[in-house]
Amino acid sequence: MTRYIIRRLLQAIPLLFVISVLVFALIQIMPNNPLAAMQNNPNISPEDLLRLEQEYGLRDPLPVKYWKWLSHTIRGDWGESMITHRPVLTEIADRLPNTLLLSGIAFILALLISIPIGMISAVRQYSLFDHIATTIAFMGQSIPIFWFGLILIIVFSVNLQNPWAGSAWFPHPPPLPLFPGGGMVTLGEYAPPPLVDRIWHLVLPVTMLAVFQLAQHVRYMRAGMLDVLRQDYIRTARAKGLKERAVILRHAFKNAAIPVVTIIALEMPGLFNGALFTETIFSWPGMGRLFFLHAERGDYPVLMGILMFSAMLIIFFNLVADVAYAFLDPRIRFD
Amino acid sequence: MAAHPVAARSLLNGAESRPPETLLSLAWRHFRRHRLALLGSVVLSLLILGAIFVPMATRYDPGKTSILDQYLPPSLQHPMGTDGLGRDMFVRAMAGGRVSLAIGLLAMLLAITIGTVIGSVAGYYGGVLDNVLMRLADIMLTMPTLFIAILLTQLLRAGVVPGLKAGIAPIILVVAATSWMGVARLVRASFLSLRKRDFVTAAQMVGAANLRIMLRHILPNAMSPIIVAATLRVGAAIITESGLSYLGFGVQPPTPTWGNMLQHAQSELDYAPWTAIFPGLFIFLTVISVNYIGDGLRDALDPHHVE
Repeated sequence: MTRYIIRRLLQAIPLLFVISVLVFALIQIMPNNPLAAMQNNPNISPEDLLRLEQEYGLRDPLPVKYWKWLSHTIRGDWGESMITHRPVLTEIADRLPNTLLLSGIAFILALLISIPIGMISAVRQYSLFDHIATTIAFMGQSIPIFWFGLILIIVFSVNLQNPWAGSAWFPHPPPLPLFPGGGMVTLGEYAPPPLVDRIWHLVLPVTMLAVFQLAQHVRYMRAGMLDVLRQDYIRTARAKGLKERAVILRHAFKNAAIPVVTIIALEMPGLFNGALFTETIFSWPGMGRLFFLHAERGDYPVLMGILMFSAMLIIFFNLVADVAYAFLDPRIRFD
Repeated sequence: MAAHPVAARSLLNGAESRPPETLLSLAWRHFRRHRLALLGSVVLSLLILGAIFVPMATRYDPGKTSILDQYLPPSLQHPMGTDGLGRDMFVRAMAGGRVSLAIGLLAMLLAITIGTVIGSVAGYYGGVLDNVLMRLADIMLTMPTLFIAILLTQLLRAGVVPGLKAGIAPIILVVAATSWMGVARLVRASFLSLRKRDFVTAAQMVGAANLRIMLRHILPNAMSPIIVAATLRVGAAIITESGLSYLGFGVQPPTPTWGNMLQHAQSELDYAPWTAIFPGLFIFLTVISVNYIGDGLRDALDPHHVE
């Protein structure tokens, strides 16, 4: 297993290399000159501008530019933002924990809720529960995630009031929304206790982010379970007199979970897309919002950094999923 | 096993037997049984008819602003209220539906075409070509597509490709460029399993050209999953378009789409929630209808599929 993991990590290097070449080329075709603002400055002569351009390497051919970027990046210098003039790595390090907190909670919650629902749905196929669960899952897959976020704000932030406003947990006097429509913490004297405040701010964005995954997982868990329940070894398990509980939990569940693991791995990029909307709508200072804000202004070093970082994260989680796969299905051997 | 009563009777009566069922009528019989898919077809047809005829039939101009009618709540006159510039939301949503539905359809067609070409070439020829094309698909699947779509939009907007700077063309291109991978994998898998079959070998023996074998012999047999994927892609394309437009990277106002109508809705939630509710509702209705139709088609076209 260790050898397999090492091999996969080594394989990730050429993959990341190709991704970086493609993304770098994409960004470099942009007719965007970071020194554009100086072109109209009467205090900077055309000669100075040319000298600056040469100093920054703006006139280098593409392969030379790429090589410079690569050699700097490998040494940990990811360049600096053209807007904030802070190092790209600092910008990312500031935001990444917030994104991981939000997506991590949404991810785990979606898994914990969807697996039992999918299983019950399959075991009681065509029951009322199954019909309701599959319909809601279908709706969850068809809803535009950003619109769902707006609806959550209308219902829980604009219309519903917090009944505990003015108490020790929510010192703010009424009217106070049931859940905040944005931000990560409350500022000022009326802030609730830190942990309460954290959770209070997480509820709506986590719900928004979890709903799509939840819908996906329910459908796959149900399909996987239905598939497994038709197998002969399940009939054998029942025939030898095992309790239904043991048949479902011990025999069927593990095999039914395998396709779900694959889907989770494939969904990782989708999680980033979701985070982009969630963070933008709920002013959550994470990677998605960082990308959105800097994409609007064409700040390419930051965009490049975020894309490379997400690619690395996605490759890493794919590897984790494959290892989990091997754990669930001993028939899969990695050597 | 007992014979089907109809079949048995037709065997007995001989001459009176039903004409053999065509694939199309068989599929329709299965599709009809999927009630939600039927409902989806009705809803989608209504939406399309509304998008075509409502902007023609109304006395409200979807683009005309009227500052006195700003933020009117839904009423008989304005069934979905008015927006911040006093424009009727219902008429505007129907006009926006034209654009959104057209983008969804065209982006789907382009994505399916790209995916089918790449998938069939990779599956038919195999070898290095297959390897390169599928690694390309893997790479695209490893990237957060929305991020790439935003970058591509900016690239096109900066005028890198002349003629694709504004209007609905750049967004169609961007949506297709970031969504062909699934179809390509699907088509490749079908081609891989079909290319070694006897009827393909026979066609090769009589000297048919590769292109002809791919188009006339293999592709028709691989059509069912493509049709299902194509249907589902319409919904996905509309979601992507509306998302990009919502973020400001899609079709630019004043041309309405369901996505860019929502662009400023968040700042208006406190006093005019209807500006957020209705355009999104249309997206939701369209996508869920399309997805149910896709589900019904899967049942109808795939004889092995058991639900």
